[in-house]
Amino acid sequence: MTEFLNVLTDHWSLFGQGFGNTVKLFLIAGVGCLVLGVLLGAFRVSPIPALRWFGATYVNIVRNTPLTLVFAFLVFAAPKLDVNFDYFTAAAVALTVYTAAFICEVVRSGVNTVAPGQAEAARALGLSFGQVLLEVVLPQALRAMVPPLMSVMIAMLKNTTVAAGFSVVEAGAIPAYMAEFGEPQFYVLLWIAIGFLVLITPLVLLQRVLERKLAVAR
Amino acid sequence: MTGEALIVLENVNKWFGPLHVLQDVDLTVERGEVVVVIGPSGSGKSTLCRAINRLEPIDSGSITFDGTPLPAEGRPLARLRSEVGMVFQSFNLFAHKTILQNVMLGPVKVRKEKPAAARERAMALLERVGIASQADKFPAQLSGGQQQRVAIARALAMQPKALLFDEPTSALDPEMVGEVLDVMTSLAKEGMTMVVVTHEMGFARHAAKRVVFMADGQLVEQAPPAEFFANPKSDRAKDFLSKILTH
Repeated sequence: MTEFLNVLTDHWSLFGQGFGNTVKLFLIAGVGCLVLGVLLGAFRVSPIPALRWFGATYVNIVRNTPLTLVFAFLVFAAPKLDVNFDYFTAAAVALTVYTAAFICEVVRSGVNTVAPGQAEAARALGLSFGQVLLEVVLPQALRAMVPPLMSVMIAMLKNTTVAAGFSVVEAGAIPAYMAEFGEPQFYVLLWIAIGFLVLITPLVLLQRVLERKLAVAR
Repeated sequence: MTGEALIVLENVNKWFGPLHVLQDVDLTVERGEVVVVIGPSGSGKSTLCRAINRLEPIDSGSITFDGTPLPAEGRPLARLRSEVGMVFQSFNLFAHKTILQNVMLGPVKVRKEKPAAARERAMALLERVGIASQADKFPAQLSGGQQQRVAIARALAMQPKALLFDEPTSALDPEMVGEVLDVMTSLAKEGMTMVVVTHEMGFARHAAKRVVFMADGQLVEQAPPAEFFANPKSDRAKDFLSKILTH
């Protein structure tokens, strides 16, 4: 047991740095993919065919590309096009771009749960497309969106570990360092799993709170 | 019929796939006129009503509102819609907003009125339709008749030039039909321009200036209600009236 605890306490700074970067990546990509995903979702339900086409094409391409490949494009291919990110920025962009495709689909399915009459009534009042979406449709869609949204966010939090393969020192990179220190891998991995549990628990609690708060009588 | 034309449909055609739901429809509604559209199910009445504010785009022909042809999607269309109130069969009150917020949304977001002023007018309108005491409730907490009266107040809050009613009482329990028709009748008396798709023949008789009979996507005949009900000219209208008036 002491050995198990020592793995953490002896390398507190490494765990701190690793999980710190994981949280930073998660927060930056979280905000980024929500903004981009909602925008793409709006494209997919817009009255303008070109925007709908763009949204659908984005989802079909990005969602079907393995995340490691998206990372590789940003880290190795982008510099060839004279776009230079540092590794951390590249990782944040990769996660944002990739996760936005999933958020887009969550938004679209949420919008589909709102009765068409709600949008019709809003349009009949003279609200613009953006107003219809922001004032009437999305607030009602949010309730149906919360559970899949949280699943996507949890998946994204765990996907941050892919960044370890692209020179970002986050939680997923800890085992490699620890191996060099000769620490037992089993304990290291257990601590990392616990770390992710600790990070994910607030998300699960947030989901419960949101679901209760957004309950709308129909 | 010498008033000023507010809504003009000319040669309007619409297809749903192979179904020709509006066939060469010509209709003019004057300012202050109440036109009741009746006809069997599937005759295109609702589509006609919805075409007037372009909730259903038409395939050919033209629709003019207050001298302006209906614009395509975009800001000009939104502006036109804000001048044409619409009341739906299924009320379509915004489920996540209170009654008061439902009535205030258009004036505040579309007309950019100050919330305080919009609130005052909204309360006056709710007072008028007899729902002021329920202003802070949500739509689901109201009866169907109450919801439909709120929907009328919501449409009136935009101070529209005309009101479209798409079967406003068809989803209501019988005992609630009267309270909605009362509000509509008083609007008609005040000179509101109204196009009403309905099965309420009583309302057609006493509130309409003109009855329009539709069947199979065609506008078959139109006449003042007294004349139409006493003396329908077409066989389709005679057949329709014999079916609904014998019970």
